[in-house]
Amino acid sequence: MSSEPVLEVRDLTIALPPGGDRATAAQGVSFTVGRGEIVCLVGESGSGKSVIAQGVMGLLPKNLPVTAGTILLQAEDITRAGARRLRELRTTRMSMIFQEPMTALNPVMTCGEQIDEVLRFHTEMSLNERKKKILDVVREVSLPDPGRMVASYPHQLSGGQRQRIVIAIALVLDPVLLIADEPTTALDVTTQAQILNLILELQKRHKTGVLFITHDFGVVAEIAHRVAVLRLGKLVELGAKHAVLQQPVHDYTKMLIGSVPTLHPHGRAFDAAAPMVLETRALEKTYVDRSWFGKRREVRAATDVTLQIRRGQTLGIVGESGSGKSTVARCIVRLIDPSAGEIRLGGEDIASMSAARLRPLRKRVQIVFQDPYRSLNPRRTVGEAIIEGPVNYGLPRGEALQRARRLMEFVRMDPGVLDRYPHQFSGGQRQRICIARALAMEPELLIADEAVSALDVSVQAQVLALLEEIRERLNLAMLFITHDLRVASQVCDHVAVMSKGVVVEYGPAKDVFGSPSHEYTRALFAAAPGRGFAFGST
Amino acid sequence: METPSSAQFEALSVESAAVVRQESGWRRARRSWSVRIGGCALLLILAIAVAAPWLGTVDPTLFDAGSRDLRPGASGEITTLEGETVSHTFVMGSDSLGRDIYSRVLYGTRVSLVVGISTALLSLAIGIACGLASGYLRWLDGILMRFMDGIMAIPAILIAIALVALWKGSLLTVIVAITIPEIPRVTRLVRSLVLTIREEPYVEAAISLGTPAWKIMFAHILPNCIAPLLVQGTFICALGILIEAILSFLGVGLPTDIPTWGNIMAEGRIHFNEYPHNIFFPGVFLAITVLAVNILGDGLRDTLDPKMAKRV
Repeated sequence: MSSEPVLEVRDLTIALPPGGDRATAAQGVSFTVGRGEIVCLVGESGSGKSVIAQGVMGLLPKNLPVTAGTILLQAEDITRAGARRLRELRTTRMSMIFQEPMTALNPVMTCGEQIDEVLRFHTEMSLNERKKKILDVVREVSLPDPGRMVASYPHQLSGGQRQRIVIAIALVLDPVLLIADEPTTALDVTTQAQILNLILELQKRHKTGVLFITHDFGVVAEIAHRVAVLRLGKLVELGAKHAVLQQPVHDYTKMLIGSVPTLHPHGRAFDAAAPMVLETRALEKTYVDRSWFGKRREVRAATDVTLQIRRGQTLGIVGESGSGKSTVARCIVRLIDPSAGEIRLGGEDIASMSAARLRPLRKRVQIVFQDPYRSLNPRRTVGEAIIEGPVNYGLPRGEALQRARRLMEFVRMDPGVLDRYPHQFSGGQRQRICIARALAMEPELLIADEAVSALDVSVQAQVLALLEEIRERLNLAMLFITHDLRVASQVCDHVAVMSKGVVVEYGPAKDVFGSPSHEYTRALFAAAPGRGFAFGST
Repeated sequence: METPSSAQFEALSVESAAVVRQESGWRRARRSWSVRIGGCALLLILAIAVAAPWLGTVDPTLFDAGSRDLRPGASGEITTLEGETVSHTFVMGSDSLGRDIYSRVLYGTRVSLVVGISTALLSLAIGIACGLASGYLRWLDGILMRFMDGIMAIPAILIAIALVALWKGSLLTVIVAITIPEIPRVTRLVRSLVLTIREEPYVEAAISLGTPAWKIMFAHILPNCIAPLLVQGTFICALGILIEAILSFLGVGLPTDIPTWGNIMAEGRIHFNEYPHNIFFPGVFLAITVLAVNILGDGLRDTLDPKMAKRV
């Protein structure tokens, strides 16, 4: 690391439009990124980390002006640069990669054309030189079969491959600064590990300074040299990785790091003979795509899934996207009809039960979904949402409202807000309301389908603690679906690992986490970011 | 993991007291200038329609042979049904039968508004029912939508002319004739909205709460379709007013003795070169009314339709 920083942000203040909940998106933020250094900008949603990244790229919308401070890219002030100068600087001196590679790429241009675009605008290279350069850079981001990749459209590639193309575009002109805005958040954990490795490797080879924006402390532990923690637009802590992660000074940083779940299973004892609540036997869901002409296409979303959930215990289903874990949950709630197999609830098989016979049994299994912003009807009050189920089953409105008030207290919300609409609540509050709505049915089995995945880490810890308390106090059975191994290790008694629709490993959490036997499980654990760090111990 | 400390829950209860402030679509709509201008113009036209008898008008069907083809602003006489002859200033002139254009245009406002509003309401009501059924009950979808495709294959004006020709030209006939071609458009819109909303987690949550299908349709799906439907409604209203004028102009709308803007223009068409005011004044009223409704619709779409609102 040389003495001259590549990027120096000094007292940066970015205003928010009037009428918001605070006046500035960033307030007096100062930090530097040296040559060949990776600085992680960490914060929860609304901390202003993405706005700062946009400011550095000169991409701020007009209603978010820089009101004070400077952003120096190799001693040149970005905040004073005109549109033309900024255009010259982008991709030649600074580049950005984004969270969602599909939307960062143009769907109607081949990947090669999109890399070529950069070369045509910024260099005088001839066609043949450009062709050679494109193949070189595609090879450099470790994409197989560069010739085919260059001729492919973005939709023909996988998420990880697309992100590699985005990185290739960003690095083709060898910029001194790379800004990565949550580049692995939309990717599966194994893909994430590969992309992080790629960024590390390229950064080392080209001595690029990297400003890496993330909310995930696991990723920070993997990649950072230095860490800057943001809270509500203010920089609360800045320091070397080990110092910040292991001896945080500021209370907020301590709380954030303390909220990161550990990878060590909790080791809570459970009663192996507790009564069975739900059992699936050889459950199968196949989607059949019949077109008028052409072949019948079958997609096996879940095959031969046999699981058992006992009272007072939590079964976790862990897997990457497309593994079929949500399909199993939706079959159990009968939001979709399974193709084969049994789902035994109590003594009865509900897998192929008619809607009329199923109705009285529905209340025994309830589900909480991932997206708190779409799980509540925006046009109905929170109170109406919670009493809907009990009223459907004949409870008088007055009594149902009484129950709703008690439940709101139970999930630690003010019972006085029952007449408000969902848009007036934050994501964590909405998830509590969804839990209250599910509990209003007094279910025997609560399914949490990625229920904490969309939440900030501190809120996630609170909701996880709440779910744990609910399971204990109500002696509920819980089915916990997640892609996050840390979360799974915190709450699960048993774990089923799914891959491509099949359960590859199933057993007590201690065993699965302690000594995984299937190679996929081992790969999954190896990819978990920051596994060398003991979070949550502070 | 340690259970979060009581301090964290303390912080939480503070959080739950602080309500995220977000303006409702309706409040934003009321602040939009398009909505204000369009709405005010429309209210003014509505007031004119209601107060037509008291705005210095005479019976719009009265004619006087002595006051034929008067220029706007000319004074003349008109004979009432009782046989009394009164002097009258023809603000917008008179037509070739000696009828007062001003009175006819003002009374014509009533017809236009009634036709516009009732076609909008009627096509929305039927379209919503068909769209909900088609979007939520999948087995009905194929049959219903092919039927709608069939209606859409015939030009709207042709259906209207055919229907009016089939029955007798009356206000009801014209309304029905304009409504029918609009139904498939509303149905398609509602169906597409239902198809997206039915996949929302809150609808799935309602299913797992044991909510019956009809309640899901009317309590969960329909309220979330209202904003785009309201916008569509204003455009149908404007279209209804235009088509009624076109039908009347073509002579297949309301009977010629009823004063409508289309009828007035149709009668003035022959003498257009000498007496352009016969067409000018009803034309201006028609244009202003349709413009007002469309501006209102644009304003509502910008503020209520979430997809558009995000761009603002």
